[in-house]
Amino acid sequence: MTVTATPPSGGVTGKVSNYLDERTSISGAVKEFGRKIFPDHWSFLLGEVALYSFVIILLSGSFLTFFYQASMASVEYEGSYIPLKGVEMSVAMASTLDISFDLRGGLLLRQIHHWAALLFIAAIGLHMLRIFFTGAFRKPRELNWSIGFVLFLLAMAEGFTGYSLPDDLLSGNGLRIIDGMILGLPVVGTWISFLLFGGEFPGSDIVGRLYTLHILLLPLILLALIVLHLMFVIIHKHTQYPGPGRTENNVVGYPVLPVYAAKAGGFFFLVFGVVVLIAATVTINPIWSYGPYDPSPVSAGTQPDWYIGFADGALRLMPPGLETYWFGYTWSWNIIIPVLVLLVFLALVFAYPFIEAWVTGDKREHHLLDRPRNAPVRTAIGAAGVMFYAVLWAGAASDIIATHFRVTMEGVINTLQILLILGPIFAFMITKRVCLGLQKKDREITLHGFETGRIVRLPGGEFTEVHQQLNDYDRWQLVSYNDNAPIMVRPNERGKITGSMRRRAAWSRFFFEDRIAPVTKTEHKEALEHANH
Amino acid sequence: MANIVKSTDGSELVTSSGERLSGKELGTAVVTTDAFANPGLPPHRQRVTDTNPRRLARAARIVAWLFYLSIAGSLFTIFAYMFFPIEDGDTTSLRLSTLYIGLGSAFALLAIGVAAVHWGKAVMADKEGVDERHPVRGTPATRERAIEIFKEADEESGFSRRTVIRNGMIGAFIAFPLPAIALFRGLAPMEVDPNNELKHTFWKEGLRLTRDPTGVPIKASDMTIGSSVHVIPEGLAELPEHEKLDAKAKAAVLLVRLKPEDLNWTSDKRKSWSYDGIVAYSKICTHVGCPVALYEQQTHHLLCPCHQSQFDISNECAVIFGPAARPLPQLPIAVDAEGYLVALSDFEEPVGPSFWEREK
Repeated sequence: MTVTATPPSGGVTGKVSNYLDERTSISGAVKEFGRKIFPDHWSFLLGEVALYSFVIILLSGSFLTFFYQASMASVEYEGSYIPLKGVEMSVAMASTLDISFDLRGGLLLRQIHHWAALLFIAAIGLHMLRIFFTGAFRKPRELNWSIGFVLFLLAMAEGFTGYSLPDDLLSGNGLRIIDGMILGLPVVGTWISFLLFGGEFPGSDIVGRLYTLHILLLPLILLALIVLHLMFVIIHKHTQYPGPGRTENNVVGYPVLPVYAAKAGGFFFLVFGVVVLIAATVTINPIWSYGPYDPSPVSAGTQPDWYIGFADGALRLMPPGLETYWFGYTWSWNIIIPVLVLLVFLALVFAYPFIEAWVTGDKREHHLLDRPRNAPVRTAIGAAGVMFYAVLWAGAASDIIATHFRVTMEGVINTLQILLILGPIFAFMITKRVCLGLQKKDREITLHGFETGRIVRLPGGEFTEVHQQLNDYDRWQLVSYNDNAPIMVRPNERGKITGSMRRRAAWSRFFFEDRIAPVTKTEHKEALEHANH
Repeated sequence: MANIVKSTDGSELVTSSGERLSGKELGTAVVTTDAFANPGLPPHRQRVTDTNPRRLARAARIVAWLFYLSIAGSLFTIFAYMFFPIEDGDTTSLRLSTLYIGLGSAFALLAIGVAAVHWGKAVMADKEGVDERHPVRGTPATRERAIEIFKEADEESGFSRRTVIRNGMIGAFIAFPLPAIALFRGLAPMEVDPNNELKHTFWKEGLRLTRDPTGVPIKASDMTIGSSVHVIPEGLAELPEHEKLDAKAKAAVLLVRLKPEDLNWTSDKRKSWSYDGIVAYSKICTHVGCPVALYEQQTHHLLCPCHQSQFDISNECAVIFGPAARPLPQLPIAVDAEGYLVALSDFEEPVGPSFWEREK
């Protein structure tokens, strides 16, 4: 093979680039991705926050592993935090205290790690909401939604395993609750609990096991899936909001090099900086004030980290007395029902893109996002889901709500129980109406223009306000959306109407029956003629 | 709105102008030929730094300054690390060390962030670009070739043809991870039966009730009406730390004294488990096992702080609110010759959360 090598030019940079390219073919990647266009919108930053928090977690977590010891062997605390001097505790707890009190910057790093973890899960949640409400999960991105959903679960698992590592009183109680839930599962519960804890709760294995999960298995899977998630973003190219000049066949935005790299790269430092600032000034998880784990004491107002709240709330909102004895076995419905409710809720979140794709039967690729108002039923379903989650979440704070607002605990819980059922229904109805109202308003503005506030008196004496038509660009914003209509059931080629056709038609009615179609050119022309009448 | 007629199954669309849109892919979507046309990208709007060279120069100066300030922030962090040591047992020094290291590095990071973003937004060329999208699916030629490759591979390997080999391989693939599942049985000790463990606690006949955590025995005469004491069995405090926690996780008890007439009993047997208004109940919640540690003296209610289950001591700790399903188990107690409270036996039922084989 003969290769005419161009002598590298441009001094050191040129030489280094040439060296690398001749060994890695990197120029191809630069050519392919260097000027790739990324669209811009603040809501696209939510996913970036999640990614950057993960990097911060990896960095701060690696530091912590050098000092933390995941052992439940018992020691007498001899560190410099005086109130706990001489107290028996696990090595895990003692080493966490040492990180906090005897290692310069240790407390800061612990707090960076914890705050970044909280931010990580919050950012994932908000990112998912953005994806949901703008319909970014539609073809071809359904699988990436699934990956993102798994990432969300993994992030929560990471959070919980990490939370348990200091082996303090609060996290020990958290584990106790998990153990109680596992024990309540039919058939396998007792054994799963035993295998997990290496015998009876609390045993002396769980911290070490959670540590392996926390720093090896879960991060590995998380990292692999994040890479996959981002690869799909490259393959699909990023979605964009609708607007003049933006189509399903293009991406409008800024090139990776240099603008996007500067902005996204700078944004990493902004996120990192904010997390460090919070960690330097706001205490999180002060395990020293809880003390080491002991199965006997617990204080009022115990709370899990916020992201576990919805699961804890589901437990709290169960009415009393739900346990039966069938065939000589114990069926703990007060555990089984909340677990099922949570699983069904999560399964619906996971499956939504596939459900909607089935209902619409739309097989086209969608790269232009929906404005939430232009998909009223989807937006309403999302609001119902948010409401459901929010009520469960409030359930986890029932005691705090009761003490802070000086109302009865029973009253708070009973109210939340009712809200858990009715809240999502109301949220659905109200949101759908609001969306339809906004769409109607959009139609009106498109057809009749916007009010200028200028009142003129006509020759006949009549007063009227001058309306001004939108310009082409603003109008496009209001008329260019995906419009769907319900399917009518008609027999297929073999003259039959199948059950699945009927179901799909019914669902399509549910989704698209109350439909506000975008203004057409003819309608607009007629409205103009009418106005000039 | 009547410009579009939608066919039965969404497979074809006919517009009023008679134009047919092939719509197998559309589903419920309505596409009309009467829609507005995309007006194209709006004219580019220049930034102030594009039109005003002085503003551009100022923005560039700010970016540069921020990067240098970031260096200063990092150096400050190192100085803070050196000159603000943590003095043994002095929380103020810890707070200062954490604060200065944190503020220094936060400043260094934020300065880089603001500088880079400002550089990108105000100084770098403001050239919006447009990329074409292509369908995610491969081109027809690629897809055809992919199918061909699989066919060739199948042909050459005989994967479809040699069913015996193929089924054997699939079987082997299913079987080979199974030993790993067996290996995980080792996560819990072999000789221990969880069922048995969960049904017994450290309590047994004659063990004195002692204070948690000191292990000082309690006399019946120590208990005034309305008082409550956290109790562990005699000997538990002397166990090695780990056995202690395991034992305590089941044996923790709450001891309270009420007026005897405030206690309602369903049977004389249950009444005989108490002594002159003194009753002992398991402190481990029957819901998911939190310690039921909050005693409300006026109402004789016990409250679990984790999920708000409430138990009524006057009625054998029956559940009166919350997700718990079963009363807290009662520890049978009596008084020994020296006046100390002792257990008459272990609990008569398993304590703590329900489990599958509980009734077995």
